[in-house]
Amino acid sequence: MTEQDVIELIDSSLAEEFELNREEMTPEANIYEDLGLDSLDTVDMVIVLEAAFKFKIREEEAVRGIRTLGDIHRFVLEKMAESS
Amino acid sequence: MSIESVVVTGIGVVTPLGNSFGALSQALQAGASGIRELPELVQVGGLRSRLAATVEPIDARQIPRKFRRSMSSMSMYAYLASLQALEMAGYPDERLGSGELGVMIGSTLGSTATSEAFFHDYFKDYSLERMKSGLFFQLMGHSCAANVAQSLGITGRVMAPSAACATSCQAIGYACEQIATGKQQAMLCGGADELHPLTVATFDVLNAASIHYNDQPRSVPGPFDRQRDGVICGEGSGIMLLESRTSARRRGAAILAELIGFATNSDSSSIANPDVDAMARCMQLALADAGLTAGDIDYINAHATGTIQGDIAEAEAIRQVFADRVPVSSLKGHLGHTMAASGAIELAGTIGMLQQQQVIATRNLRQVDEPCAGISHVQDSRQHKLTTILKNNFAMGGINCTLILRSDVRD
Repeated sequence: MTEQDVIELIDSSLAEEFELNREEMTPEANIYEDLGLDSLDTVDMVIVLEAAFKFKIREEEAVRGIRTLGDIHRFVLEKMAESS
Repeated sequence: MSIESVVVTGIGVVTPLGNSFGALSQALQAGASGIRELPELVQVGGLRSRLAATVEPIDARQIPRKFRRSMSSMSMYAYLASLQALEMAGYPDERLGSGELGVMIGSTLGSTATSEAFFHDYFKDYSLERMKSGLFFQLMGHSCAANVAQSLGITGRVMAPSAACATSCQAIGYACEQIATGKQQAMLCGGADELHPLTVATFDVLNAASIHYNDQPRSVPGPFDRQRDGVICGEGSGIMLLESRTSARRRGAAILAELIGFATNSDSSSIANPDVDAMARCMQLALADAGLTAGDIDYINAHATGTIQGDIAEAEAIRQVFADRVPVSSLKGHLGHTMAASGAIELAGTIGMLQQQQVIATRNLRQVDEPCAGISHVQDSRQHKLTTILKNNFAMGGINCTLILRSDVRD
């Protein structure tokens, strides 16, 4: 998977799950303030990412620090790099 | 009960015969049937009943995702019906969070479809790692009530009585008591259920579901009919906005009817089979609650679902209390059995009758079964002077429930 493929899979998975407008899904977008997610959504976000990338991230400390969509991109890309 | 007069100011419905009070009333007057063949039922091994009364399609996307994620179909039906009731009543948005408005909405179970989907996935590897956050909120027993309160910002009492087929009849009665005793000034109340093959199977296993008319959906169910063979299961939601007369008057709201009597009792003789005396006692208790006698009732809207035993027991109970002096009909022939929603949806239908001054005939009642005779069956819809109406609902678990309402006769 290229970096762009990973980002596209993240964005399309989150857009489908949370019915997000793709135009608003910029890397700078705050997932709470700009994309409207809340604490319940972050539980589901982990499940959606785990299903999309076939990894386990629920216990990862870094998940709790995610604020922007770009944070998610970076987190997943690093995770993918670790496992490759 | 009438410490404070309680009136109906709003009605909302999601039903097999339309998703508004007006559409439902028109369909009932036209004698329409909401029974359909349901192909999914064919896939279920051992299930003999193939018909169901499913609701007309709803647009779930009109419900904001934040609220929809914790809703199964039944909560969506209850939410949409609640919106209709509030709109009809002209209930002001700013009062939703005043604490004066409560919620009393029940269902037979939490969502069976959600439960099935969860366990289908869970049994693959007994893992909870794929469990979404909204699951519990769809499974909990007060899912409909909580979802309605959350999505509308209602801050008064939230309760969720559950009594199978008598659920919404009880919910309306209990809500009425909340207002009559001054605990709340208004209540959104009623019930909702979503159809699942398990619902149909429950009745089929007990030999209480219709199985002989699978190729004639419009011919069943036939409450009180000699050829009836059981229930057609359905789904939907019926919600009433009840208010104290004082509150309705202060707002200048149109009053649709007044709730004047309520009773519910337990038939402890059997968890499944009806008892005539307990049913009759329930109707008498409701009459006493309203301060009326049998002669004051102009029409009885029966529970009559089309089962052999249930229809006979209800007919006998009505005969005991009213002889053959009061017109009786059931709306199950039109609507099927909408389970927890049936009391409220059918009560909406009777309010339509009050408005039209018309009694609607029992659909599919062609020839009255001899054991169901001796009461005044309505076999042809007709104009009829209506002021006071008695509504029955009876449920498995030995739950009986009766409401009495009348057209608004005060100033």
